[in-house]
Amino acid sequence: MISHDILIVGGGLAGLAAALTADPKLKVAVISKVHPIRSHSVAAQGGINAALGNNPAGKDDTWEKHAYDTIKGSDYLADQDAAELMCQLAIPTMYELDHWGVPFSRFPGGVIAQRPFGGAGFPRTCYAADRTGQMLLHTLYEQSVRKNVTFYDEWLVANLVVKDGKCLGLIATDLASGKIIPLQAKAVVFATGGYGRVYQKSTNAYINLGSGIGMAYRAGVPLKDMEFVQFHPTSLYGKNVLITEAARGEGGYIINNEGRRFMEDYAPKAMELAPRDIVARAIQREVEKGNGFENEYVHLDLRHLGKEKIHKRLPGIQEICINFAGLDPVDTPIPIQPAQHYSMGGIDVDTSCASPAAGFYAAGECACVSVHGANRLGGNSLLDAIVFGKIAGQSASRFITGGGAAGSSERPIDDEARKFQDKVTTIRQRDHGENIFQVLNRLKVIMSEKAGIFRKEKPLREALEEIPVLREASQKAYIFGAGPRYCQELLVHIEFECMLDVAEAILLGALKREETRGSHYRTDFPVRDDDHWLKHTLLTWTEKGPRIDYENVEIKKYKLEERKY
Amino acid sequence: MSTQFKILRFDPATDDHPHFQVFEHTPKAQDTMLEVLKDIRDQQDPSLAFRYSCREAVCGSCALTINGQICLACKTLFAALKTDVVVIEPLPNLEIQKDLIVDFAPFWEAYRFIQPYLQPEGDIPEKGHHVEESELAEVFQYTTCILCASCYAACPVATRDERYLGPAALVKLHRFVKDPRDKRSYEALKRVDTPTGIWGCDTVFRCNDVCPKEVRPADGIEGLRRKMVVERTKHLFGRKK
Repeated sequence: MISHDILIVGGGLAGLAAALTADPKLKVAVISKVHPIRSHSVAAQGGINAALGNNPAGKDDTWEKHAYDTIKGSDYLADQDAAELMCQLAIPTMYELDHWGVPFSRFPGGVIAQRPFGGAGFPRTCYAADRTGQMLLHTLYEQSVRKNVTFYDEWLVANLVVKDGKCLGLIATDLASGKIIPLQAKAVVFATGGYGRVYQKSTNAYINLGSGIGMAYRAGVPLKDMEFVQFHPTSLYGKNVLITEAARGEGGYIINNEGRRFMEDYAPKAMELAPRDIVARAIQREVEKGNGFENEYVHLDLRHLGKEKIHKRLPGIQEICINFAGLDPVDTPIPIQPAQHYSMGGIDVDTSCASPAAGFYAAGECACVSVHGANRLGGNSLLDAIVFGKIAGQSASRFITGGGAAGSSERPIDDEARKFQDKVTTIRQRDHGENIFQVLNRLKVIMSEKAGIFRKEKPLREALEEIPVLREASQKAYIFGAGPRYCQELLVHIEFECMLDVAEAILLGALKREETRGSHYRTDFPVRDDDHWLKHTLLTWTEKGPRIDYENVEIKKYKLEERKY
Repeated sequence: MSTQFKILRFDPATDDHPHFQVFEHTPKAQDTMLEVLKDIRDQQDPSLAFRYSCREAVCGSCALTINGQICLACKTLFAALKTDVVVIEPLPNLEIQKDLIVDFAPFWEAYRFIQPYLQPEGDIPEKGHHVEESELAEVFQYTTCILCASCYAACPVATRDERYLGPAALVKLHRFVKDPRDKRSYEALKRVDTPTGIWGCDTVFRCNDVCPKEVRPADGIEGLRRKMVVERTKHLFGRKK
């Protein structure tokens, strides 16, 4: 059996950061269902936050102010110790990334450039034009080549093996051969990313099915705050490709069909640079009031920025608009609408990225520490992925070198591998039934219609009732292709089961939370209720169905206030 | 109106030869070719294999040959093709693993060979490196490369000599050579001072033509050649870097 000290699942920023900081004496490998540089981190655009104080308008910035903005942005659901840790580590992390080769944009004098972003008191978002994710991901991959990290590319993890509260290993399948492979590990780090494609309209890559989150849940690890789903205000109408917040950071306006900057009605001080939950709701409301275009979208107007600034600071956006909408933002406003973008919730971990299962860690979007609470600020996700990815690599290493690892036995892993093999055989034996891609599309429609920006009891209940129906449909789905090689439909079968768990967790958390906080807006409970709901939702899988618990939020020096911008 | 899509199918485990399968499909007005492929797969044949991820021309997964042109499927609009029959094939110069999926192994091997990582001197400077944006202009251009292998597939040198490192790997090296933070040694550069390295390029600029990100790899290779001549001369006279 293949055996490693640490197995990291996911080759995006969090996974690579974990691999780079794991103890070099340990045997470490990264498993990724795509080649690592195809991971969704590559699509991040606008930047990464750190209170460097390089912008003349931000010279008084400090990591505490960054933490304050993060916590206020989270609608006070972030754990304050976690937010402080991230913001403090942000500063040395930027210099390390620079030393690794990230081609950050620069200010005169040669220091890393910083731009304003939503919900931030100072311009503190470091960037590489509007290709920050690509530059970070490629750089971290380059560093992993330098450090000779072992990769299993195009392997999909199908199962996390946890027994008696201890993580033992994984079951994976190699896409190229279709072989089922049991893997033993002393520690496992999940860095599997978000679940955007549970929704119909999402800025996420097609591969973001969120199966890692569902897999951890099935293995008995709780999920935290899953009801908090970020909708990005500005996705390109039609394709829902992300149009970075940096477009507003650089000075772009959002305009309704009256030609008015309507954000003055919703966030008179911050205007377009209010946090994402507020701007997304404002756009949705304008469209519902009939102030949109074609009753679908509003305009993001960059024309006044001028050709040179657009070309220099937002070249990727210009390219996206030309490719996917046939317009040049230099001359024409961009049609935009909100779309699912990010998951604040995820696998329940503490500030060391440890989950309740011994030896199992998680970092990045699949995890919930929680630093983003009920709403994440732009520029904090890349930071979260890298800072907590590194912490996960260190924590998993310490767990092993400190002798915490379970006395390993191959048998439970073999058992799981056999069970999985049986499941695959059963699916393959069906010669008719549903098409799994069609079943998946049904789930997306339900989630978009019933658990979107505005929520209320009845639609959430209706959606929950659909979950078992879809589960049954998926269990009748069959595989068209004969061969085992690159059988992508089988992968969707495997991942879809996990997606149903993810969807159920979102719906259940949203139904139970009878208040409005950050991204979770209940039209039937439209105010924040700190007396009852200043707490994290924890969802645990049991034989009898999901169990809900609640956990206190870690409050330190940042006092609760009304969230006005 | 429905269009015919002739898609190359091949499973090396069971098929003797690749063959074309024809699908009738009616794309939506704004569909990209990646969306067309997904719809054909989702609605007609879920066994059709092709790579994809971001669908916004930044992950480099979906480079294919469409109507004889190498391109990213996600960046190519169906409407722009303007043909009654659309022929979809995998990238040339790389072996087919299944249908439209090819084996990137030689491409990644070349990438690893050039030492694709910044080699700075000393520890992390306290406030980061001080580099003016003007010094990074070429770095910005070359780092937009998404490693999709379009250039490698289009390169006639890679067709006839599989040992050739190819445009993407070489331009990646050039990206570091142009970076003021990088202090790699003469020996590191010498690795590509070979007929299968920088001197292998035929300078026919096919890579520049097909690059979906306007990286212009051939310019990078040209820059490396000039750099190498200078470095060799310096080395000859004992002025080591």
